[in-house]
Amino acid sequence: MTQDPNVRSQVEPTEVGANAAETGERDLEAEPHDAYSDHEVQVPGALEGHVASRLDPDAPAVLEVEDLKMYFPVKSSGLVRRTIGHVQAVDGVSFQVPKGGSLGLVGESGCGKSTTGRLITRLYTPTAGSMMFEGQDLAKLSNRAMKPLRRDVQMIFQDPYTSLNPRHTVGAIVGAPLAVHNVVPKNKILPRVQELLEVVGLNPEHYNRYPNEFSGGQRQRIGIARALTLNPKLLVADEPVSALDVSIQAQVINLLQDLQREFDIAFLFIAHDLAVVRHFCPEVAVMYLGKIVEIADRETLYAAPYHPYTQALLSAVPDVKQAAIGGRRERIRLEGDVPSPINPPSGCRFRTRCPLAQEICAKVEPPLLQVGPRHKVACHFAGELGQHPATPVTAGLLGVDDQGSPSASGPAATEVSTGPGYAKEWFDVKARQMTSQAGTA
Amino acid sequence: MTTTPSETHAGQAERPQSDGPILEVEDLSVTFPTQDGPVTAVKNLSYTVEMGQTLGIVGESGSGKSVSSLAVLGLHDAKSSKITGSIRVAGTEVVGLSESRMRRLRGNTVSMIFQDALAALHPFYKIGGQLEEAYLVHHRTASKRDARRKAIEMLDRVGIPQPDRRVDDFPHQFSGGMRQRAMIAMGLVNDPSLLIADEPTTALDVTVQAQILDLLQDLQREFNSAVIIITHDLGVIAETADDVLVMYAGRAVEYGTVKQILTRPEMPYTWGLLSSIPDVAASTDARLIPIPGNPPSLLSPPSGCSFHPRCTHTDKVPGGLCSSQLPELTPASGVDHVKRCHLANPELIYRTEVLPEIAPDLVEEIR
Repeated sequence: MTQDPNVRSQVEPTEVGANAAETGERDLEAEPHDAYSDHEVQVPGALEGHVASRLDPDAPAVLEVEDLKMYFPVKSSGLVRRTIGHVQAVDGVSFQVPKGGSLGLVGESGCGKSTTGRLITRLYTPTAGSMMFEGQDLAKLSNRAMKPLRRDVQMIFQDPYTSLNPRHTVGAIVGAPLAVHNVVPKNKILPRVQELLEVVGLNPEHYNRYPNEFSGGQRQRIGIARALTLNPKLLVADEPVSALDVSIQAQVINLLQDLQREFDIAFLFIAHDLAVVRHFCPEVAVMYLGKIVEIADRETLYAAPYHPYTQALLSAVPDVKQAAIGGRRERIRLEGDVPSPINPPSGCRFRTRCPLAQEICAKVEPPLLQVGPRHKVACHFAGELGQHPATPVTAGLLGVDDQGSPSASGPAATEVSTGPGYAKEWFDVKARQMTSQAGTA
Repeated sequence: MTTTPSETHAGQAERPQSDGPILEVEDLSVTFPTQDGPVTAVKNLSYTVEMGQTLGIVGESGSGKSVSSLAVLGLHDAKSSKITGSIRVAGTEVVGLSESRMRRLRGNTVSMIFQDALAALHPFYKIGGQLEEAYLVHHRTASKRDARRKAIEMLDRVGIPQPDRRVDDFPHQFSGGMRQRAMIAMGLVNDPSLLIADEPTTALDVTVQAQILDLLQDLQREFNSAVIIITHDLGVIAETADDVLVMYAGRAVEYGTVKQILTRPEMPYTWGLLSSIPDVAASTDARLIPIPGNPPSLLSPPSGCSFHPRCTHTDKVPGGLCSSQLPELTPASGVDHVKRCHLANPELIYRTEVLPEIAPDLVEEIR
C-alpha cells in the first residue's frame, strides 16, 4: 500500500450488503512504509475535503425521544442497602433525529449526554419516557423484543483502546454481530467482514490481526466497521474522535460523513468539542445537568444562541483566528462547578452559575419553549447575547408574576408544548406573543 | 511569602540574574535504546524562551514534544536514554547535571503541570500534604505550619473555594477542574521562573479549560514567569502563546510568532493541522481536509523530509528532493520565522491552494 496521497488505489467500495468477491483486485504487493501504513487502503474520495453536513428540514424523524428520564439509585452503605437518593442523570429530554441526518448533543462532562446515548441503544433501561423508533417504543421493549431492533441501532464508542477485545482478532470483532444475529451463513461472514474493513479504509487482508497491531485511528475505524456490520439506520456516536490525534480526527469525521451519505444512516453525535459538532451536525442540542437547555439548527445555535449557558460555552472555545488579533477573546466566565445531579437546584438548574438569575429562576423551572422555526430554549430571560430582557419572557405563559409567584390577576397558564419536533407556531421572545411568520416580530 | 530569602534553601541562587532567556535549548537530541534499535525521539531541537513569554509547542503524539520538555526537567533516566546538545535553564547547564543539583532546580526554578491530574497526584496523600511537601523540599527551614499556610494560600490563589477546608481533601474528592488547579498550585508553590504545562487542559471541558487558561495567564502576569504550553489544540495556542514551535517526528518543522504560524504558515504539516480541525467560527463552506496516513515510526523514520510520505505538495519540488534530502530550517518570509521545507514559494501555495479550501471567507482579508 502506498502512502502517496496522489495515488488513489483502484478499490471501489461496494454497497454494504453486497458480496466482497465482487470487489475486484487489490494491490497488496507494494512495500509497506511503516508499521501502520500497510493496514490502510485509500477509499476514493477519502482525501478530499468535506464541507459541513447540511440540514434537510423535511426529513421525517427516525427517532423520536420524549420526556426521557434515567435516575440511577444511590444506595446507602451497610448491610441493608436502601436507596437514599437518585442521580438524575437524564431528566426529561425530548428530541428528534431526522432520517439520514444528524443531531449533535453537547455539554460538559456529567451533563447526561453519554447516558442519553446509552439509553437509546438500550444499554440502560430508562426510568420513564418514550423512544419511538420505527413505530416501536424502545423504552418499553423487553430485552428479547429488543434484539431484532439492535440491528438498526448501533453505537460507536469513545475509546478505541478499551472498546475492542484485545484477545479477539479484528475479523472476530467485526463479524460478531453477524454471528449473533444469524444474518448470513457462517461461510459468508469473512467476505462480509473484509468488505466492511475496506469500506472504513482498512486493508481487508488484515482480518486476522489483533487490535494492538493497529493505531488509535485505525482502531476507531474497526469500531466503526463493527457498528456498520448490520446496516444500522441509527448510529449513536459517543465522542467518536476525542481520543484521536488531531490529524486523524479529520480522517474519521470525513469517513463518518461518507458513510452517512452512502448508507443514509442517522447519527446521534455526542461530543464536547463544539467545533466538531458544528461541522458534523446540522442540528445541535445543548445539555446541562440532565436537561436540554437549547436545541436549534446549527446556524441559529452558533450565531445567535438565546441561552446564557450556550453563550458561555461558545465563548469559552478557543479560536484559531484569534492569532491574527492577539490576546484572549472576551469570554463569559462561569464560576464554580456543575452542581450535583443527586440534588439539583430548584427551578432552573443553571441558575447557580447563571449571570442572569433572578428570583423566578429558583421558583419556576423554565420550559423548553420554541422561539423560532427551528429553535427551542429553556430560559426565563432568553435573548441574544447582550440583549437579554429585564423581565422574564415566560411569566405570562406560565401564569406567574415576574418573581415567579403564582399570579392572581394575570392570564392563566398557557399550555406549553414541550414534546419533540417543532411546531408551526412559536413564541416570539421580543414581541412576547405567538407568531408563525419567519423573521418578523 | 512567609519566608525571607535567607531561609530559602539555596533557591535564590538559581534565579536568573541576567536579562537573558530563561531557557535555551540548543541542538537537543534524545535517544532511547530499545529492543528494536535506538529511537531518536527528539532530533536537533533548538529554541529559547524569554521571561514573561509563552511558547506553544504543537505536534501529534510521538512528535517529541513531551520528551523534549521532560529533558528540560531532567526527568529522563540517564541509564535508559542518551541526551546530547545543551539545555540551559537560567544559565545553568542541565544536560549532564548531577541528580542532587538537578533536584534543587526542579520544582523550584522549573516546574511542570502534567496532563492527567488524577494520575499525577498521589491518591493516598491529602492535597494539602502534597503541596506542603513540594514547598518544604525547597524551603528546608520553613516550619510545617508555614508550609500549611502556603498550601492554603496557593489553593486560594488558583480559585479553589474554601481552601482551608479543601486542603485536607484527597485528590478523588476534587472534580477534574479542581484537580488541575491543585496541580497548578503545586507547580507554582515555589514561584518557578519557568512553568512547563504538558497538555494542561486536554482532559477538561471547554468552560473549565477557559478558567484554567485564564488562571495560567493571570499567574504568569503576576510572577512574570515563562510558560511552555504543550498542546495539540491550535485554538489554545492562538489564545495563549507568543511563539509557536511546530514539531513533527522529533524535529522542529516550523517556528515563529503565533501570528506568523497561524495566519501565514509555510510548512505543509502546519497547513495540514490547520485544515484538519473544524473551527467554531469559520464559514460552514470550509472544508475539513485530513492529513493522509499516520505519523511515522521513529524506529525507521522516512528518508529526507520526515513528512514527505504524508505531504500532498511533494510534486511541486523538483528532483524528488523531499524523499532524498532533509530540508534545513530556513528563514521564511517573516522575521524570526523559520520552516523546514523544500517548497520554493510556500506563501503563494498557501494563499492560492490551501486557504480557499479551509477558510474561503479569509482569502480576501489576507490579500
